[in-house]
This record gives sequence, structure tokens and C-alpha cells, in this order.
Amino acid sequence: MTTPTATTDAEALIESLDRKSALHKFHHVLHKYPWISPGLVLLVAIIIFGLLNERFWAISNLSLITQQVSIVATLAIAQTLVILTAGIDLSVGAIAVFASMVMAKTAAEQGVPGPIALLLGLMVGTAAGALNGFLITRLRLPPFIVTLGTLSIFTAITLIYATGKTINGKYLPDFMLILGTKIQIGSFKITYGVVVMLLLYAIFAYVLRNTAWGKHVYAVGDDPAAASLAGIQVNRVLFSVYLVGGLVLAIAGWIAIGRVGAASPSIIPDANLESITAVVIGGTSLFGGRGTMIGTLIGAILVGVVSNGLVLAGLDQAYKVLAIGILVIVAVALDQWIRKVRA
Amino acid sequence: MTLQPVLQAKGLVKTFGRVVGLNSADLELYPGEVLAVIGDNGAGKSTLIKCLSGAEIPDSGEMFVEGELVSFKRSLDARAYGIETVYQTLAVAPALDIASNLFLGREVRSKGIAGKVFRKLDHNGMRTLAKEQMTKLGIGTLQDMSQAVETLSGGQRQAVSVARAEAFGSKVIILDEPTAALGVRESNQVLKMIELMRDRGLPVILISHNMPQVFSVADRIHVQRLGSRAAVVTPNSHTMNDAVAIMTGALKVDENDQALSPAQAIADAL
Repeated sequence: MTTPTATTDAEALIESLDRKSALHKFHHVLHKYPWISPGLVLLVAIIIFGLLNERFWAISNLSLITQQVSIVATLAIAQTLVILTAGIDLSVGAIAVFASMVMAKTAAEQGVPGPIALLLGLMVGTAAGALNGFLITRLRLPPFIVTLGTLSIFTAITLIYATGKTINGKYLPDFMLILGTKIQIGSFKITYGVVVMLLLYAIFAYVLRNTAWGKHVYAVGDDPAAASLAGIQVNRVLFSVYLVGGLVLAIAGWIAIGRVGAASPSIIPDANLESITAVVIGGTSLFGGRGTMIGTLIGAILVGVVSNGLVLAGLDQAYKVLAIGILVIVAVALDQWIRKVRA
Repeated sequence: MTLQPVLQAKGLVKTFGRVVGLNSADLELYPGEVLAVIGDNGAGKSTLIKCLSGAEIPDSGEMFVEGELVSFKRSLDARAYGIETVYQTLAVAPALDIASNLFLGREVRSKGIAGKVFRKLDHNGMRTLAKEQMTKLGIGTLQDMSQAVETLSGGQRQAVSVARAEAFGSKVIILDEPTAALGVRESNQVLKMIELMRDRGLPVILISHNMPQVFSVADRIHVQRLGSRAAVVTPNSHTMNDAVAIMTGALKVDENDQALSPAQAIADAL
């Protein structure tokens, strides 16, 4: 009678060990590829929303989602760079709008040719990023405080500069609106803005993975003291992140003009929080040093899919906000678990 | 000794406000030796090492690398002379992999257009070199160089730091309390790495509080006291108790015949 019990006990033990090691393996896989979990959630979301309303699956609807997410997804590129350095940028939306108003106003009111107006906007965005970077690296103020301040400052400057007015697309040169132009790929209709957004993702995914600068961004966010001891000039890397981020944000402003067909000082009100949401859902750690561009892209699309899918399912807008809140908390909890990996 | 020191410091002075960190400190490191630096807290060990590794700039005094007068403004300057330092705190980026940590700040780019125009890093090349480097220092157990450092034990992490220093330090390796955060077995692994480096002709400066470790691995022992060098002894000529006595000022060493005598204050008391 005792022998069989012993065997089952041993078997149960072995089974439980096996289970544990399976969980362990899963943990390690997530640790190496943190974008897998939002990817799975995205897949499940797409399937469920398609089952709830077949119109969700329509090519025209899927094309619309990519267009809807193009602005926030571009902001999230800059946000990812900053969060990888263990910072946060609350001024992403403000900088994008500031740059877009400069482009639109110089083109519409000063008659500056489109490409030059774009260049001016890109310079303003880069300068705004540089100001953030300067305050953070030279005055050693925390990024949260600096960008909370510049969020107000850039928003106010934009309102004063634009005298609170929206510039209608009909006063803008075609070049300014070109990113809103749709192109047909098969039966899939996307805008040039989406193409630019995807190109930026490809570029920054490459840069983070394959260049020394990318490694240094991770190292600075991971452990600034260790990075500094390894000979990395931490402040220079931080400054460059905010500078490059500003340029990307200005491009997001250009995408926004094309998408909306106008330039308005209140074009993207929730952009800051939505960009942070996309980054966090995409598996990038708020503590810095880990995360990927592909994760952020998945995060941004997931937010777009959830809002679009819930609307098509006939649910109130409040459910979208609820769903995204839950996603953020789950994502951060998952990150905490993933980071606990040990030998 | 008529040999020329690889690294030499003469009369280094460093003050922090009113606190004297170094008071005319000397140090010589000869080719192929392990020089241990011991001393009580506040004796100026760390300050001395920081001056040698370029992390601090001495107020006065001279430093020589192979007889050449040098002045280090930052640690990169010391590195340019082939002096690498391993710090007590595990100075690695935990989320980065082993190869990335080994080459952090000194990444190798791919050949051709990919490297020159697109600045692509040579991931495979760096991993291969990292593997060779780890095997050379007797840590061949680590197979996967793309493994994040945070998945390693403390000893393995410190091994990564030592391997990094050894890979780039062509003249001198400085280890600042490399075993302070490690267990006994892991400490022994680091000590073995120190011996391997010495056997390959690379001189090592080891700062440590751990007397048994110092006496097992060092060729000479520099005793730092009150900001300057109190004595240089060897594990053969002196015991651990002697070293501690010199460190605390209870004994003095005659510079010529290395004979020990009670310090003046104690002699007076007797």
C-alpha cells in the first residue's frame, strides 16, 4: 500500500517541478522578448473584436485603425527613447503641436514654401527637445518636472503664437498636407503618414539594436553609474535622446496636419498619456534599460484596436478608457515580474 | 630593484576641503607582479587608486607610466595608457548581455558599408571575442554571450568586469575590492583570474580588506596609512599580524632592512 503512494508522491513532485520549469522557461522567453505578451493580447483582441462585429475585420476598418494610430504611434517613438533612459516626457504632444503650428502658420500666413516651412517646424521641434535635454542634463532636474513645466510652456507659446486659431487645410500648400494622401496597397488603403510612421519605427528599431548609440541608450537607462564607469558620457547620450526625440515629435506634427487636414493648437489633447500608454503596454520598462520599438508599435496598435473594436461592438467610450486602464496596470505588473529574473 | 616600474606615483597630494586624502603618497608597480594595497578606512587607498585610474586629479605630485610622465584628467585618459579598473560595485549594466557589457563604450562595428555608413555593430564578432576572452580567464562555463548579465551570479558578473578590464588593459589592471560583494567560492574564482593575469605578464594592483586573500595572491603588499605609504612588505618577510600592526601604526618598518620596531608613540608609552 505504501509503495504506490510513494510513487505518486514522487510523480507529483516531478510533475510540479516540470511545471515550474515550464513557467521558468516562459519567464526567460518573456525576459528576452518582452513584446511577446502585448503581441499575444493584440492577436486575441483582433480575433475577439472580429467575432463581435464582422465589420471590424473589413479591410477598410483595419486601414482606418492604422491611420488613427499614426500620430500617437509616432509620438511613442520619442517616448520610448526617453523611457529607455529611465526618464519620462510629458511634453511630447505639446512639442508636436508647437512644431505643426510653426509649419502651418509660416506656410499659410508668411507664404513660406512647404518644404522650408517643414524644415522650420523640424528645427523648432528639435530645439524644444534640446531645451528639455539641456534642463535635464545641465541643471540636473528630474525629467518628470522638466517636461511637466515645458508641457505648459510649449502649450502656452503655441496658443499665443497661433492666437488660439485653427489653420484650415485650404490655406495650406499641398506639400504640408501630403502625409494625409491615401495610397492603395492591394485593397489596403494607407496614408503616407502611416508609411512615414512605419519607416521611423524601422529606423529606430535598427538604431537601438545595431548601433553603439542604441546600446548606450539602454546602458544609461539600465545603470547610469555602470555606463559612466564604462566610459559612456551619460549626459551626452541623454541630451541626444531628447534632441532626436524632438525631431521625431516635429515629424509627428507634420503627420497630424495631414491626418486632420488642418493645424490646430488643440489637435491631440490626450497625446501625452496615450504615448506613455503605448510604450508601457508594449513592454518597455518605466525603470529604463529594457524595451523595444516593435513592442511600442504593438502597444500603439493595441490601443487603437481596443478603441475601434469597442466602438464597433456598440459599447460606450467609457469602456475604452476602462480597458486601457486595465491594460496599463497588467503591463506594468508583468514588467515587474519579468524583471525579477535570476540565475 | 633596477627594473623600471610600469606604473609609478611620486608624492601625490590630494585634499578634499580640509580633509587630507593623500599626503605625499608614493607607489610603484613592477612588471608581472600583483601589488596589494591595504590600509585602514580613511588611509587613502581609494583616493590613491582613483588618482591612478584617472577618476580623481591629484593636487600635486607626479605619475609615470613606463617612465613617461602622465597626467590623467578623467578615466578615459588612464585607459588610453592601458590602465583598466574593476570596481567593487558590480559595474555592469544588468539588462545588457555579456558581449555588450564586455564591449560597452568600445563597440566593434561591422566591416564595409554596413559598419561605415550604417554604423552597424558586429554582434557576432563581439560575441566570439567575448567567448574567447571568458575562456582565456578560465570562465568557459558561460556559453551564451547573448545572455543578460542579470541572469548571472554575483561572481560571474564580477568575472565579466574582470574580463572586460583584461581585454582592454594592456599595461595595468586595478581591482578595487573586487571580492567585497562575493561569497567564498566566487572570491576564489576572482583570485584565480588575478593569478592567471599575472602569469600572462599583466601587472595587477589589488585593493582589499581581506588579509588572507592578500597574503595568498600578492607578491608585494603596499601598506597605506594616514594618506601615505607606511611600508611595502611581502607575504614571505612579514605575517598578517605585522601587516595589521603597520596599518594601525603599532609597528614601524625600517626602510633599509625591513626590521620591525614599535612606533614612537608606543615606544614612549612603554
